[in-house]
Amino acid sequence: MSTRTLAVVSAGLGTPSTSRLLADRLTSATVAALRDRGDDATVEVVELREHARDLADNLVTGFANAALRSSVDTVVGADALIAVTPVFSASYSGLFKTFFDVLDKDSLTGTPVLLGATAGTARHSLVIDHALRPLFAYLRAVPVPTGVFAATEDWAGGDGIDRALAGRIDRAAGELAGLVAGRPAAVRPVDPFEDVPSFEDLLRGA
Amino acid sequence: MQFGIFTVSDITTDPTTGRTPSEAERIQAILTIAKKAEEVGLDVFALGEHHNPPFFSSSPTTTLGFIAAQTQTLQLSTATTLITTNDPVKIAEDYAMLQHLAGGRVDLMMGRGNTGPVYPWFGQDIRNGIPLAVENYALLRRLWTEDVVDWSGQFRTPLQGFTSTPRPLDGVPPFVWHGSIRSPQIAEQAAYYGDGFFHNHIFWPAEHTARMVEFYRRRFEHHGHGAADQAIVGLGGQVFMRKNSQDAVNEFRPYFDNAPVYGHGPSLEEFTRETPLTVGSPQQVIERTLGFRDYVGDYQRQLFLIDHAGLPLTTVLEQLDILGEEVVPVLRKEFAALKPAHVPDAPTHAARVAARTASAAPQEVDAR
Repeated sequence: MSTRTLAVVSAGLGTPSTSRLLADRLTSATVAALRDRGDDATVEVVELREHARDLADNLVTGFANAALRSSVDTVVGADALIAVTPVFSASYSGLFKTFFDVLDKDSLTGTPVLLGATAGTARHSLVIDHALRPLFAYLRAVPVPTGVFAATEDWAGGDGIDRALAGRIDRAAGELAGLVAGRPAAVRPVDPFEDVPSFEDLLRGA
Repeated sequence: MQFGIFTVSDITTDPTTGRTPSEAERIQAILTIAKKAEEVGLDVFALGEHHNPPFFSSSPTTTLGFIAAQTQTLQLSTATTLITTNDPVKIAEDYAMLQHLAGGRVDLMMGRGNTGPVYPWFGQDIRNGIPLAVENYALLRRLWTEDVVDWSGQFRTPLQGFTSTPRPLDGVPPFVWHGSIRSPQIAEQAAYYGDGFFHNHIFWPAEHTARMVEFYRRRFEHHGHGAADQAIVGLGGQVFMRKNSQDAVNEFRPYFDNAPVYGHGPSLEEFTRETPLTVGSPQQVIERTLGFRDYVGDYQRQLFLIDHAGLPLTTVLEQLDILGEEVVPVLRKEFAALKPAHVPDAPTHAARVAARTASAAPQEVDAR
């Protein structure tokens, strides 16, 4: 048995936030699915709302301040990522995109990701496939086949959660756990100061 | 240790008055600032090179040549010379010429330049930034150290039997620093040649500086130029001072809030916490600057950025007075007291000529 680090990024803005609610359900289902496969999980949640100004500052200054740096390190160092955004104007929110904009473009390469989105209407339900997947494809992350979209009506089931949504959550969590379990632990991004070619190689144009 | 100022040559609207200096005014202001730097006892004036507005300094050797003629002791340097987009042949010629005119008071800081559109204006491509810096500098060194050069490479036409003139003064080329914020390859380049490494140390958290300098020192030793703590390190820094620290904060805040690089983002307080920017009393600047040594070790050159973001000339000259009267004398004394004897001083032409003579003498004996 090994212990996996699961990073959770939620771009919800309200309190309580529907995106965070979905993120929490995806997280607990993933932790359970990992346990079924014999792995423990440590969960680290990053609420992007708390970094709204840090992210704007990062755009302006070109560097992450100490608070944002710590959340970035959490996400890029995790074994798996759950990323949930509300739908704004037919896509992920600007806050959500900004977080992934300030990451090093190679820092999520190969990371298994479960994608989630929330909206007021089911008419946005393709947003995961037409907006989020291309973003994570660019980052060369590995999104699981099932993305979980939840509209307001999905939360209106008898016991507070619709069974169809619960089924999608379990399926997605199982897919994520299946990708993570049995893999070697996440390797931290390569340290550029450990990987410099010799100057003789640089001179030869290597 | 050398102390001085460096300027990026920006022409920026003064946010407190809405007034933008003309190019003519700003160019004259830089000359005044440079001469004042010598007058208040600073050692170094370093000028940027840019080829796009809002910067004026496209031709640093012209400006530095003028300043050389009007100063006696000031060391003239660049911040930075674009080793990527300038033809290394022209750098060799221009700076050897300047070195003669200035009586050896010249060194250079090589940089890649980070403005993508500038590269094609000079026939290059920013994606080749590092290979250009490597090849061009390798050629530049040969042009300065070999009288007749045969050369061919990837980025410019071959040279056959080429002699760059004038030859470096006393046969000793200008000392070279390499500047980079976060490219280990450039620190490696500086270490490989035993050249100086300069970190601009402004606008970014100090951890970037610490890592780059540590890496450069380690590689300097690896390449056999001496112990890690004998590597030649320079740092930038940005300060604004008034007798009362709150006065400094109040006066500088509008310039900070509207500054081209970091304005409209973090607060002045956040940025001074996250980066080496220091806004406060002369004593605060002294303490913060002495603290730089804690994360880069004993170093040879400290340059301050003081004329950025639309600050008016009179204010800049007042800052120079404070630096010269209250800050630098204390820093000189304190840093000197802390520096172990085996750590070299900042390189000067006279010292390099003397070192060359000293190292050449035993070889002549061997030859006989």
